[in-house]
Amino acid sequence: MARVEIKNLNKVFPGGIQAVKNANLVVEDKEFVVLVGPSGCGKSTTLRMIAGLEEVSSGDIHIGDTLVNDVPPKNRDIAMVFQNYALYPHMTVYKNMAFGLILRKYPKKEIDRRVREAAEILGITALLDRRPKALSGGQRQRVAVGRAIVRQPKVFLFDEPLSNLDAKLRVQMRTEISKLHHRLQSTMIYVTHDQVEAMTMGDRIVVMLDGVIQQVAPPLQLYHHPVNKFVAGFIGSPPMNMVEGRLAGENGTVHFIDKNDAVCLTVPPERHAALKGHLGKKVTLGIRPEHLRESGTPQGAEGASIKALIEVVEPMGFEINLYLNLGGQSITARINTSVEPTVNTQHVLDVDMHCAHFFDMETENTIV
Amino acid sequence: MMTRMEKRNLAMGLLFASPWVLGFLVFTLYPLIMSIYYSFTSFNVVQPAVWVGLDNYRELFFKDPVFWTALYNTLYFTLFSVPLCLASGLGIAMLLNQKLPGQSVFRTLFFLPSIVPIVASAVLWLWVLNPESGLVNSLLMQWFGIQGPGWIASPEWSKPSLILMSVWGIGGAMVIFLAGLADVPPTLYEVAELDGAGAWAKFRHVTLPMLTPTILFNLVMGLISSFQYFTQVYVMTGGKGTPVDTTMFYALYLYRNSFYYLRMGYASAMAWMLFMVILAATVGVLVSSRKWVFYHGE
Repeated sequence: MARVEIKNLNKVFPGGIQAVKNANLVVEDKEFVVLVGPSGCGKSTTLRMIAGLEEVSSGDIHIGDTLVNDVPPKNRDIAMVFQNYALYPHMTVYKNMAFGLILRKYPKKEIDRRVREAAEILGITALLDRRPKALSGGQRQRVAVGRAIVRQPKVFLFDEPLSNLDAKLRVQMRTEISKLHHRLQSTMIYVTHDQVEAMTMGDRIVVMLDGVIQQVAPPLQLYHHPVNKFVAGFIGSPPMNMVEGRLAGENGTVHFIDKNDAVCLTVPPERHAALKGHLGKKVTLGIRPEHLRESGTPQGAEGASIKALIEVVEPMGFEINLYLNLGGQSITARINTSVEPTVNTQHVLDVDMHCAHFFDMETENTIV
Repeated sequence: MMTRMEKRNLAMGLLFASPWVLGFLVFTLYPLIMSIYYSFTSFNVVQPAVWVGLDNYRELFFKDPVFWTALYNTLYFTLFSVPLCLASGLGIAMLLNQKLPGQSVFRTLFFLPSIVPIVASAVLWLWVLNPESGLVNSLLMQWFGIQGPGWIASPEWSKPSLILMSVWGIGGAMVIFLAGLADVPPTLYEVAELDGAGAWAKFRHVTLPMLTPTILFNLVMGLISSFQYFTQVYVMTGGKGTPVDTTMFYALYLYRNSFYYLRMGYASAMAWMLFMVILAATVGVLVSSRKWVFYHGE
């Protein structure tokens, strides 16, 4: 069990591509931290530097109290689970899990105890004598996780471990890894490009883009208080609607007017102070699909409704996703209604401006 | 019924395939079938073949000691040459797989011997291994003060000489090993690294198992060509298999029977026996491969 700290971490690949830019992060002991971002954002490179599989260009990595920059991977007391499982094809499940301990010359009894215990936890005891080729994808990934568990490392590293599994299995393994974290009480760092995995598994989430850490926060804080437009758009599904426009203020009221002058939304008074500096300037309005509601419901703020053309209706069961065209911009609404709206009709939706986000159009940072 | 278009297509197809079809029928299938027939006859090319039943086979097994010598020599050669070539091919492939400047130059250099005509390289080796004036013995004397053996001219050293020479031709196997090495998933090395494996453990537990499909292929090809070993020994011993039959290989003895003694029937019987030996060896290897070949795609 250990704390992991990275300080001013940089990675420049030969050829000059900088994959990680000045990253700073502290992962507390027993914490489950998820690194998330689109492909090429540097999340895997960061993880591989913690593992020791990539050299650090500059900056420090501490695991526990040790500076590990120059410590070879096998002495870092970490275990890693890979996307493609990376099982030894010629070894049985048992041998795959035991191999790291055999190389470290653990006593046979101890190895046997640990392998059987891990197999028990993962429900793969019946598979111990099989070879990887006789296993399904989900079973293989369990073995890969088991191989990490038997080592009892200070830190678990996961590099997109569920990406090769089908959707249903992915959801199942997701909860199993979460349970495992509670059971083992160890530090885990998990890389994924899937924001749903990030939201559901992480104690804290690190959002990365272009090698730069954008925001580090617990899931709900990330969802409700994104620091910039990228984080706001990346977290949440369907993603947040972004409408470009400007803020206009007169006689103590503030309005958001879109770039086509087709939409005018009244901003509630409690948000005026935060927006004061941006009156008359270009801003992006961010509104989550669930904050667009059927007209006439109690939550709809006064003077804030839009009329848009319904292009696609997706009944999800509990709610309905509407894909609409608002003056050439696509927007998504998630409404809760018993009556299914009709495609190709104009539909009026109330915008909950209490929950709206405003982003500076130039810096893309959150204003409020 | 075929439409006119289909008939026309068929005719055109057959026309364009005809050079191969004719060649196959005349130069492969016909001789193949006839050789089965001749193996039961006494046939000297000049006079018509005379049916002798199993006489040729009986003579091979019970009356011809040279047949057994040739078989022994060939098995001996195969037993040492094939593993030696596999090991050195793999070793050189691993060296050439290092990311060093000039990698492709080295790869080319090590492949070059394989494209030198076999006859030319055999003549070259005759000089190199000449007991008095050859390069090898001169160097042995100059550097170590050792009087080198008679190599190809000595009964003890003739087969070992040819076995050592066979390493000269590992270029093909080496290239296939290089392709196999490129196919090993890098994450397996990373996992092994995290598991605490050193260089030897990585070779033993990642490289070698992942190369087993490549090893299988090279082993089968090596076995087949080694059982048919002929050209080098024909050139270097003038087709005699000297000294004292120590280099009388199976294919060479077969050749002598057919074209020196004009015993075509007897040689045909030998050819079919060789076929059975190669078939048995290949099937044996393929059956055993289920136990030791691992495919990582599975």
